[in-house]
Amino acid sequence: MLAPVSWIRELVELPEHVTTEVLTDRLTALGLKLEAIQAADITGPLVIGRVLTQDKEPQKNGKVINWCTVDVGEANGTGEPQGIICGAHNFGPGDLVVVVLPGGVLPGGFEISARKTYGHVSAGMICSARELGLGEDHDGIIVLPPDAGQPGDDVFALLGLDDEVIEFEINPDRAYALSVRGVAREAALGFGVPFADPAERELPAVDGKAWEVVVDDPSGCPVFAARLVSGFDPTAPTPEFIKRRVEQAGMRSISLAVDVTNYVMLELGQPIHGYDADKVAGALGVRRARDGEKLTTLDDVVRELSVEDLVITDDSGPIGLAGVMGGATTEMSETTTRILIEAAHWDAVSMFRTGKRHKLTSEAGKRNERGVDPLLPGIAADRVVELLVEHGGATAEPGYTLVGTAPERHAITIATDLPARLSGIDITAMTTVESLRAIGATVTERDAETLEVVPPTWRPDINDPYDLVEEVVRIVGYDQVPSVLPRRATGRGLTRTQRLRRRIGRTLAGAGLVEVVSFPFVGEATFDKLGLPADDPLRTTVGLANPLSSEEPAYTTTLLPGLLDAASRNVGRGAPGVALFETGTVAFPADNGPAPIYGVHTRPSEAELEKLIEALPVQPQHLAVVLAGERRRAGWWGAGTDAGWTDALAVVRRLAADLGVTVEVASAARMPWHPGRCALISIDGVEIGHAGELHPNVCRAYGLPARSAAVELDLDAMMAAATEVVPGPEFSTMPLAKEDVALVVDASVTVAAVEAALREGAGDLLESIRLFDVYTGEQIDEGQKSLAFALRFRAPDRTLTEAETGAARDAAVARAAALTGAVQR
Amino acid sequence: MSGPNTDYDPVEVAAVSPAELEAARDAALAAIAAATDLEQLKAVRTDHAGDRSPLALANREIGALPPQARKEAGQRVGQARGAVSKALAARQEVLEAEHEARILVEEAVDVTLPTDHDPVGGRHPLTTGAELIADIFVAMGWEVAEGPVIEAEWLNFDALNLGPDHPARTMQDTFWTEPADHHVVLRTHTSPVQARTMLTRGVSDGAPIYVVCPGRVFRTDEYDATHSPMFHQVEGLAIDEGISMAHLKGTLDHFATQMFGEGITTRFRPSYFPFTEPSAEVDLICFVCRGVGHDDTGQCRTCRGEGWIEWGGCGIVNPRVLQACGVDSERYSGFAFGMGIDRTLMFRHGLEDLRTLFEGDVRFTTAFGSEL
Repeated sequence: MLAPVSWIRELVELPEHVTTEVLTDRLTALGLKLEAIQAADITGPLVIGRVLTQDKEPQKNGKVINWCTVDVGEANGTGEPQGIICGAHNFGPGDLVVVVLPGGVLPGGFEISARKTYGHVSAGMICSARELGLGEDHDGIIVLPPDAGQPGDDVFALLGLDDEVIEFEINPDRAYALSVRGVAREAALGFGVPFADPAERELPAVDGKAWEVVVDDPSGCPVFAARLVSGFDPTAPTPEFIKRRVEQAGMRSISLAVDVTNYVMLELGQPIHGYDADKVAGALGVRRARDGEKLTTLDDVVRELSVEDLVITDDSGPIGLAGVMGGATTEMSETTTRILIEAAHWDAVSMFRTGKRHKLTSEAGKRNERGVDPLLPGIAADRVVELLVEHGGATAEPGYTLVGTAPERHAITIATDLPARLSGIDITAMTTVESLRAIGATVTERDAETLEVVPPTWRPDINDPYDLVEEVVRIVGYDQVPSVLPRRATGRGLTRTQRLRRRIGRTLAGAGLVEVVSFPFVGEATFDKLGLPADDPLRTTVGLANPLSSEEPAYTTTLLPGLLDAASRNVGRGAPGVALFETGTVAFPADNGPAPIYGVHTRPSEAELEKLIEALPVQPQHLAVVLAGERRRAGWWGAGTDAGWTDALAVVRRLAADLGVTVEVASAARMPWHPGRCALISIDGVEIGHAGELHPNVCRAYGLPARSAAVELDLDAMMAAATEVVPGPEFSTMPLAKEDVALVVDASVTVAAVEAALREGAGDLLESIRLFDVYTGEQIDEGQKSLAFALRFRAPDRTLTEAETGAARDAAVARAAALTGAVQR
Repeated sequence: MSGPNTDYDPVEVAAVSPAELEAARDAALAAIAAATDLEQLKAVRTDHAGDRSPLALANREIGALPPQARKEAGQRVGQARGAVSKALAARQEVLEAEHEARILVEEAVDVTLPTDHDPVGGRHPLTTGAELIADIFVAMGWEVAEGPVIEAEWLNFDALNLGPDHPARTMQDTFWTEPADHHVVLRTHTSPVQARTMLTRGVSDGAPIYVVCPGRVFRTDEYDATHSPMFHQVEGLAIDEGISMAHLKGTLDHFATQMFGEGITTRFRPSYFPFTEPSAEVDLICFVCRGVGHDDTGQCRTCRGEGWIEWGGCGIVNPRVLQACGVDSERYSGFAFGMGIDRTLMFRHGLEDLRTLFEGDVRFTTAFGSEL
């Protein structure tokens, strides 16, 4: 809402000291938030000058310029006449003109300085209306009336150049402030000064004779007012003050008839529509549109109407989209002399839906969908008639049609002390009553503890006791709310999951990984880049009906794309290596049908809630890691190492160890991983993710170094498996017995299989087992490999004998031989 | 080891003469003193105390002496050998100490050499920022509640007094999932978590609700330096008997002070949110200029001269919300507040461009370490 300060001041007698800043501060404190003050875009010195001399000097190019001396009083600091060059000729010595002196700035940031031109030093400028932003008239400079003032007088106020415009951000509940009437009312409230309500008008008696109006849908259109004027002069110009204010409010000046309807809307907040009465055939009707009906609106768009749209009709059918935009067939034109004026009160919800359906936002729609004072239609129509008569030479036709009555407001019952209780401010009953009366409510004290409050007609937003509380508190002042800490909170601290998540983050950061946060939006191209097969379940996504980019129309099923993009960005910016992790939500469709919409007057039942939750996608928390390029840096100490599949698995194992989870590792083939270097990670036989080297194609696609590695795990599953209470570890302090064995197995046998067999065969005395070497080469047959394991034995209660240790080792080897075909070297 | 001398040779007896012994001893002591390193001392030990050294040979001859001479010769040789042995040990100790000291000197390194062989990790400031906020509230006895990012329309809107035709729905441009008539959205705020908390936990005498809900939210904003389709919010909800705006103010003042320093408090301005009534915008005293709006060098850049920073929205929970979520609105009242974590970090750390939070450049994240 853009409100000129001069207009506000017209309706409310603001005290002298109230500058625009003071006014906006007060209004902001009352809930009309200041967005900006549009200052006049001219800065002084801009003064009255009297032309003393005017010498016409012909130039070589044929032009004649005027070398003038102008008396600007003391405004130039010297009192001496000011020498100014001027190209216009519509003035002469003795005239009072408007002079901008050096240092002044004109609209468009045009700075004035003394400069040498046409052989003189021209110190300032004699201004035209256009140069001052006052109009399009560039032909001549402004010649002021002889009684305008004395040379040197400031002309800002005289020309209305000092009129600031306040831009408010009006919240949806304060629709009444989408008018100067509403803003001025708040200003009067804020400073405790009288308010001249422009809606207070004597109206003619309703006789239904202005125009026949038939309202078929009184719930959609509770009030409809119509008036008629004739003999309107369509060529009459819009008076300067109307034109200026309409433009200050951010609207275009179009014609007197249109400008007047907009002016009254800005003044009162009531949208008004004017029809060329000669183009309206028969009675005006209000009804819902019928299927298949079309209407060309004023913006020349043909609109398919919905049965929910309210339309205005005449004998020809729909002629306007009610309350939102008029139709083209009855539009006022440069030949219109009879004007039918419509001002109606519309159902706000219907207005909102129609605006949304047709993607139409208009100044009228904006007000109608938020709710307008239902008493205004007749008043606004009368005001339009008045202005058309006054400025357009029109004649008010007798007759005043008013269909329907304003819906009655019901009293709200409120505990008198509720404002005090909810605000924590010591607000007396008297203050509460006075505040509610100040906003225009009718207040009855039902008893000592209860008030009956009927809100004013312009406040459709006030329906509940709490709404009244806000009104009282904003008047008392939000700055009066004391600061008191509540003391009853008795929380149980972070949940286990929350603590685990922090721990996981710290562990990964400690392992040299950097956390990133990326967008979860993906598309088919994303999955193609990962090399996922066409039928990959990860391609089954939760789609977005209105994605920002058609390339990425879905919520992701994997965190890897975001991480790979980030890795690629780091490498592109020159990082020799990068190790990233991200934890976040991925989503898989649930396909359990729509999520119900329940009522809001009671809590849904447990079964209803369950149905709601079931309809949502499955949204596990995932963890993903990408390791690319240099992992341990090269330096003066020697070579570095590049990230590879082992680093990916090392991250998984480090995390597992930290959480006390035993993970199983098995080889797998799964894009985007290298088919021979991908590990399936499971817990108790349940798959939780993959880790390993990325497929070379994926590295190439993302511009990452060869052998970059990645992990993606179901973090929820990982956290669920975390050891809750670690049992106290028991260990022996008896001497350790070491046995190393080298076993030759077929190359296809996994280390895990051999190790498991050794562990099984070694029995209880085995304390640990660790592979320390893998050998293939000359001394080993082709297709075989040698695995060297360090077995460590220890008994809880005694020193082991060589015989005991040897027997355990032999048993381990025997078991490995039996299960994996291992042969000891 | 030599046994007793059985083939007595009188010529050799001269060796145990006192003069010879003294000469041998002095030669040994001089050589020991002259040894400058452990290598030399080792050679000296062999020459003067070894099996073939004069003193060893002299010792060997004692057995060949007539019994009456043995005692005296034995004493003399013993003394001489003792002196040499002692000198050797002393010299050994000195030289070893010197040797060790020299090694320590030789092993000196340039401690200014870089040591950055291990990769440096770090947690994202959005994560640690949310934790910092959570910790402030947990310390007051609040709990941290969470919920899904893809949410039911009813929970994101209707239950929060944002009916299907509420104009406020257009204020939050919402991502809808397909098909749109399934009423599932990417949550536009973390408020549905509040609704879920009330719905699942309820409020009873012993258990009021005091929760904060940090989390990721989505709106269809084009991505630029100050807007993002994905951002992070933290909301708070308190439901208890006798809750008022004063408690809301107290809580936010405490939050602001913990987050931005002593003396940094808040102010309220009337506003509108469907889920709260009365509603307020909450501003923070600028923690850089401390509300003054400028410093010696000119206008404060953090608050652009306002002295205040817009922080978030808050208010008394609308009883309609309590009703939809099964809380007795006659008996209980509550307050709620919400602010952007991203935005809070931006002004707390002077970040110029929101996009740095989501680019994943490790130089950004590692600058914050692993805690805020």
